[in-house]
Amino acid sequence: MKGDVDVAKDTMRELLEQEEDTQKGKFLTFSLGNEFYGIEIKYVTEIIGMQPVTEVPELPEYIRGIINLRGKIIPVVDVRLRFKKPFRDYNDRTCIIVVDIRDVSTGLVVDSVSEVLSIAEKDIVPPPEVGKGFSSRYIKGIGKVGNDVKLLLNCNKLFSNEETDELNKI
Amino acid sequence: MSDENMRESMLDMFIFETSQLIEQLEQLILTNEKSKCFNLPAINEIFRIMHTIKGSSAMMLYDGISSLAHSMEDLFFFLREETPEDLDLLSLCSLLLEGVDFVKDELEKIKIHGKCTGKSESLIKKIKDFLNTLKQKAPASHLTQEGEQETLEKQQYYIGPDKSAAAGYNNYRAVIYFEDGCEMENIRAFNIVHNLKDMSNEVLYFPEDIIENDDSAKVIKEKGFEIFIKTLLSMEEIHKFFIKTVFLKDLELRQLEDDAQYKETGKKRPIQVEQVPIKVPVFKEDYKMGEEPEEKGSQTAASQSIISVNVNKLDKLMDLVGELVISEAMVTQNPDLMGLELENFYKSARQLRKITSELQDMVMSIRMVPLVSTFQKMNRVVYDMCRKQDKEVKLEIAGEETEVDKNIIEQISDPLMHLVRNAVDHGIEPPEDRRTKGKPETGKLTLEAKNAGSDVLLIVKDDGKGLNREAILKKAVENSLLNKPAEDMTEKEIFSLILFPGFSTKGRITEFSGRGVGMDVVTKNIEKVGGNVTVDSIEGEGTSITLKIPLTLAIIDGMNIRVGNARYTIPIMSIRESFRAEQKDIVTDPDENEMIMVRGQFYPVLRLHEVYSVKTDISHITEGIIVMVESGDKTLCIFADELLGEQQVVVKTLPGYIKSVKDIESLAGCTILGDGSISLILDIAGLLNSWGNKISTI
Repeated sequence: MKGDVDVAKDTMRELLEQEEDTQKGKFLTFSLGNEFYGIEIKYVTEIIGMQPVTEVPELPEYIRGIINLRGKIIPVVDVRLRFKKPFRDYNDRTCIIVVDIRDVSTGLVVDSVSEVLSIAEKDIVPPPEVGKGFSSRYIKGIGKVGNDVKLLLNCNKLFSNEETDELNKI
Repeated sequence: MSDENMRESMLDMFIFETSQLIEQLEQLILTNEKSKCFNLPAINEIFRIMHTIKGSSAMMLYDGISSLAHSMEDLFFFLREETPEDLDLLSLCSLLLEGVDFVKDELEKIKIHGKCTGKSESLIKKIKDFLNTLKQKAPASHLTQEGEQETLEKQQYYIGPDKSAAAGYNNYRAVIYFEDGCEMENIRAFNIVHNLKDMSNEVLYFPEDIIENDDSAKVIKEKGFEIFIKTLLSMEEIHKFFIKTVFLKDLELRQLEDDAQYKETGKKRPIQVEQVPIKVPVFKEDYKMGEEPEEKGSQTAASQSIISVNVNKLDKLMDLVGELVISEAMVTQNPDLMGLELENFYKSARQLRKITSELQDMVMSIRMVPLVSTFQKMNRVVYDMCRKQDKEVKLEIAGEETEVDKNIIEQISDPLMHLVRNAVDHGIEPPEDRRTKGKPETGKLTLEAKNAGSDVLLIVKDDGKGLNREAILKKAVENSLLNKPAEDMTEKEIFSLILFPGFSTKGRITEFSGRGVGMDVVTKNIEKVGGNVTVDSIEGEGTSITLKIPLTLAIIDGMNIRVGNARYTIPIMSIRESFRAEQKDIVTDPDENEMIMVRGQFYPVLRLHEVYSVKTDISHITEGIIVMVESGDKTLCIFADELLGEQQVVVKTLPGYIKSVKDIESLAGCTILGDGSISLILDIAGLLNSWGNKISTI
């Protein structure tokens, strides 16, 4: 099913050719189990298929290790494990979304990449306050597309320092 | 080019130039302080430096710096003209150094926030007071009128040999108008003239008194700034130069037909442009001229032809060359080529290899920086310490031309400062003590650098009281730092105790040292760059501390090993040997720690697959390979699946995100192998540290 990746790549290329402001309101959606997530397109640099990951010792489980991306070494985070979901074996739909947040490149392992969607501001609602779970902090909003719901990731929080501080305490 | 861009690049230039000048100035002050007088060339030089700083900072609108520089310039103007006899050298020096520190601070601020905020008023006032007291002391006859000074100066200019006779010189006349409200037209004009010096032999300008007379700004504002130049450059080039001027409103530029016209217009006051702006015809006897040649030598050393390159670009270049080396290996050792007879291919491949390795060496050498500025900073440290502690110490510097990778220089400058401070504070005795011991009153501190293979040795040596064996032992026992009986310890082991955290035999805490944090910081920083520290001392005769640091961090010789699917690289310099273990040599203690006996000595065994939890089929000690590694005086046996071979690897740091999650002490970084896979580089010192507790129990 390599086609998926290629389609996504093409979409990406098209998008990059356009102006920055046209990226606004566009989200790359991907799936983790039954949920669909969205990530702002401006953070995404590319999508690559799963590749061998070099494990780095002494790190929390969700950091799978590092990969060599054309000479650049970037860390790879399994979003499933990051959100405390059970590990699922990687298959040929598994993708690495390379994001560039505050000049730091990181790979996000997701179950599969679906499409790029435009979600208007009025269709985005804030997440409910009650969620005290680990992951609700990383959700910036919930986007409604037709009958589907996409959880929109807060990229800045995803690798935030408070998280790392907590880890150091452990 | 937008004005904003222009300012940006000018800001970089300003910071670079000013910090160089300030460094030069500091050096100059310290040398003069040592020789107990300010000689004439030095005064001229300081005057020149202050003048340049004043001009450029005024142009960048940093008033704090420019007004300070202005007051210092005034002071030196007075010194140069009047040469007062009973100069309070010490307070002059400390005043100047205070000024130097102020400018340094401001430059730091500019670098960070882009603006300077410090107030220099109090310092300026001090300088003015100092100048006033000097003026009062000076005999009345010396207090010349403004006008007289002017005439005196006029005599000092002289017309140089008429170079215009030579063919090829063009004469130009330029009139520059600045934008309204840009302020300080005279300083801007001076800046132009200053820059013109580089490209032309003679520059005449009107109004002439742009620096001395602030009213000239008005004249320039109204009538423009008129310049006559004699130069080899073409009209186009000259035009280009003028166009670059900031706040330029209008420019009239034309070529003058012949020399006559030039001479006529220029008759008023030709100025021979030269390095020292103004020559003073008379000098007092008590200013030694003997040092002048030396002065000149150091000046040329400081102004080698250098271009400044952004370090990020260099790092990038370094990375790219690293990539190139790897891709070259990928091509020439491509598995598809196996078993093929390709004579021509291998010939070309050899050529490629030669060029890439040359390129690699070249890039490495670009990053190499001589230690000279790091060493010279120590002059100031010693000077400050001596004044505060009433000690006399002479700092001798040797081998400062030794070159070390830039990253390493940054890492070692703090440790070096600690060592120098320690040596002056703890090592060298006060003058009276030295006298009773029959040593010269002035202590000697030697700072030496030399190459030793792929390492650089830095030696800090003093002729002070040396280390007291008994005191160290006593202290070590008190803090229970000893891990074996005191009588078994060698001299070297005892001395190296002072490198432990929290060790300070000095009871008194001073401003500079005695808190017991210095030496372990030194050790830590040096170990971070892959070096080590050794201490040597003879009681009563002095101490010498040797720092051994690698030449470069970026490329290391490594041994690749395999554990399961993972690959690791061990720096060759920390490998002692590798061998296959035999079952009879393995001993396991009640805590399940494995040890191996090699030639009668026992060493702890570290199973990499267990420590890093890597899956592997090889778990029996006789099936794999043992690599014996050492760091400092500790030794460890690493158990791995197999050796893959030796290779030069380019060290890459682990991604920042991983570092922010956890600083993995046992990994020095990673590298990309020939087949594109990643290998983790082991940091043996870190590995020993993180597993140190386990090891020390054995």
